[in-house]
Amino acid sequence: MALQLYKIATVEVGSAGASSIDFTSIPQGYTDLKLVLSGRTNKAQPQENIQLYFNTSNSNFSFKMIIGDGSAAASYGTSNSQVADVPASTMTANTFGNMEIYIPNYAGSNNKSFSLDSVDEGNQTTVYSYLTAGLWSQTAAITGIKIAPAGANNFVQYSTAILYGIL
Amino acid sequence: MTTPTAIEVDCSTGVVTERPLTAAEISQRAADQAAFEVEKAKQQEEAEALEAAKASANAKLAALGLTTEEIQALTK
Repeated sequence: MALQLYKIATVEVGSAGASSIDFTSIPQGYTDLKLVLSGRTNKAQPQENIQLYFNTSNSNFSFKMIIGDGSAAASYGTSNSQVADVPASTMTANTFGNMEIYIPNYAGSNNKSFSLDSVDEGNQTTVYSYLTAGLWSQTAAITGIKIAPAGANNFVQYSTAILYGIL
Repeated sequence: MTTPTAIEVDCSTGVVTERPLTAAEISQRAADQAAFEVEKAKQQEEAEALEAAKASANAKLAALGLTTEEIQALTK
């Protein structure tokens, strides 16, 4: 049977901006979750990392990531859940980056492994792409996902996050 | 300073709420930012150490008589 994709919820940031986007009370009846973000922040830099929370926690994460910046590639391992990059204030105006997280078996009782990719967008030499393997070492079902700019900044207007459930 | 605002969507009802962060959330946000700065500094240090090691290794290879092309061939 073909995969079936259901839109659970959409958040579009208004003119006041948002310090975080928080999906709560996620229904447990799907097989997998997919979260997509079109985002930009107001940090006074070209890029900003995105911080990830499951069930309001940013602990018990581990990541392996490959990062390309347009001229070189590097790989990192980290336990900090700052795992993607989107454009910020000094990046080309009106450009938004993309991030996607795929979480299989989010409602199960095993630790949660997931994949994440993101790209900046902008007319400049250095833009980043991330390919990340993530593990959340918790057996609790995922009932909430929050994303926030890692530098305590705000998502700007027209940033959009959509959560999908997959059967 | 304006209190930061969070956007919450209750996926069981579809209700979207914009609310100011609580004091605890603001405190956590500051702690997360501090951790982020530490992590970025660590990554930067690691990247710089790697570049320095590469430069040192290349210099030693050149001192042994390898050409630039030969060194590049080794490191590709």
